[in-house]
Amino acid sequence: MKKHLTTTALAALASMGLAQMAHADIKIGASISATGPAAFLGDPEAKTLEMLVEDINAKGGVNGEKIELVSYDDGGDPNKARTFATRLVEDDEVVAIIGGTTTGTTMSILDVAEDAEIPFISLAGAIDIIDPVKPYTFKTPHTDRMACQKIFEDMKKRGITKIGMISGTDGFGASMQAQCKKVVGDYGIEIVADETYDPKDADMTAQLTKIKGTEGVQAILNPGFGQGPSIVTRNYKQLAIDLPFYQSHGVASDGFIELAGADAAEGVRLPGNALLIPDLLADGDVQKPVVTAYKTEFEAKTGTPVGTFGGYAHDAFLIMTDAIKRAGSAEPKAIRDAIEATSGLAGATGVYTMTPENHLGLDLSAFRMLEIKGGKWTLVE
Amino acid sequence: MSELLQFLLSGVTVGAVYALVALGFTIIYNASDVVNFAQGEFVMLGGMITFFLHAAGAPLPLAAVIAILATAAIGVAMNKLTIEPARGAPVVSLVIITIGVSILIRGAAQLIFDKQIHTYPAFSGDDPIHILGATILPQSLWVILGAVAVFIGLWLFFTRTLLGRAVLATSNNRLAAQLVGINTTFVMTLSFALSAGIGALAGVLVTPITMVSYDVGLALALKGFAAAMLGGMGNPKGALVGGLVLGLLEGLTAGYLSSQYKDAAAFIVILAVLFFMPQGLFGRKSTDRV
Repeated sequence: MKKHLTTTALAALASMGLAQMAHADIKIGASISATGPAAFLGDPEAKTLEMLVEDINAKGGVNGEKIELVSYDDGGDPNKARTFATRLVEDDEVVAIIGGTTTGTTMSILDVAEDAEIPFISLAGAIDIIDPVKPYTFKTPHTDRMACQKIFEDMKKRGITKIGMISGTDGFGASMQAQCKKVVGDYGIEIVADETYDPKDADMTAQLTKIKGTEGVQAILNPGFGQGPSIVTRNYKQLAIDLPFYQSHGVASDGFIELAGADAAEGVRLPGNALLIPDLLADGDVQKPVVTAYKTEFEAKTGTPVGTFGGYAHDAFLIMTDAIKRAGSAEPKAIRDAIEATSGLAGATGVYTMTPENHLGLDLSAFRMLEIKGGKWTLVE
Repeated sequence: MSELLQFLLSGVTVGAVYALVALGFTIIYNASDVVNFAQGEFVMLGGMITFFLHAAGAPLPLAAVIAILATAAIGVAMNKLTIEPARGAPVVSLVIITIGVSILIRGAAQLIFDKQIHTYPAFSGDDPIHILGATILPQSLWVILGAVAVFIGLWLFFTRTLLGRAVLATSNNRLAAQLVGINTTFVMTLSFALSAGIGALAGVLVTPITMVSYDVGLALALKGFAAAMLGGMGNPKGALVGGLVLGLLEGLTAGYLSSQYKDAAAFIVILAVLFFMPQGLFGRKSTDRV
């Protein structure tokens, strides 16, 4: 009898324990470069995640469980990112990871996540992250190759066949420069001048003068982010170059117009996403409510304009919570399967449809060709 | 012809920025033989403080003056809290301390200010000035003017004033300087205040061209340091010429060779100069009495 009692007590205890387990938070890990050289990207990403977790918990969480975000700042250092990813998996026992602000940190986290079979959504641009497809790794930003394709598509429509490129030597600029060179031939366009600048340079008129003097140049493209593209844009106006001028998605934010000056930025075209132009979206656009809500809340909370990169974090979190909801479970394997089955999910960056072959889930329509007119973004049809 | 002129003007724009940063190195170096690697952070502080005061509603000239004074005060604090307690340590240790301070200031700046890139309006508008088919922005003239003014000021200070000579004497032999009645502690404090102030002035002038964020200091300090080494460390004339030469080298290489080799070409020339003239173009010959 006594033994029976003990067993019952144990069972009761165990079931209480289990019940408690079931009510425990869903732990999602993050390793973001909120400081360091990539802070420019990581800071809005970290703030976005924090804000979204607060929101979703205030609304009762996912499947009745609260989300707990375990977030680390890797400072843009791939070694730190690896350490933090290991800590997230082994000590914090998270069920999924969001993060990897840069391609370098993403690659470190990717190894750890794949080994531990934990679903991982990256916020970095490189195509190598999801090509070839790895079972547990996904990403939200469109690739720089897609940005090149979008730009060349627009150039082709305008009948441009010869262009000059001026690229930053930072990771973003160099990677996009390489990707653009790979796909430029598909559009019947030739790069006749190819110049670079250091991201901290103060003046690029020498490079631009050289491009301007190159025979046959019909348009100029400037892949890069940070202050470089703003300085190039000002120099463009200083030299009174009247060729069509294209910037990359790296500077798709209101901050760019402010830094370059509305006057100098007049007529600049770039592939941006819906986030920049919520008011210009058609009323039926599935992205409209998503981007409007995110923009309003982020800007009210942080006092800084919303940008492309925060949008990547927004979408990663959206895909993750949507998958957990559909999976009805917070088991890593179930979440992974649900992420891969994401279909027609409207985020800030685009509409995601994942498949076993495609772990990015965006196509060129996620980019919208924008032109700056009178200091404001306008849609190019 | 107009192309060459544009390459030259591009070089002068960049060179004036380097020269202004390089000038900031001279005073502390002259007083203590220490190359202050936090000099770039002073430039950053000048730009950042001006931006935030201006954004808060202060008129630009007032914001600039406050930024320069505040940065000078930070320079004094740096001397009092880090360099002075380590007095007597070898110069190398002091240089390493300045690197530590620069990391501290950079870290503090990203917490106190933010991590965004900022700029404020150019002093005399953005309409380029046309010279024979080439163009230069009015703000570049402000930077050149600032560099020349600081150069003249420093030259007068070191050659015409007792205080300036006291700074040089302190650098030559601290003990001997003390023996002839120079307050070397005050000289060190003064030199940090002036260097920081000049750095901040550089930041105030170049921000409309280069823009400012918490992490611009390092890159500026490296280029300014290279310019100062090229011209001869500690010599104001060397800093001015070194900065302009470095800028022109970059501009011409970007224009005629390839922008890929811009930095490499500049540093090869610096290495070559230092190989044949280890004291730089205008450096003083060091003669040690044994």
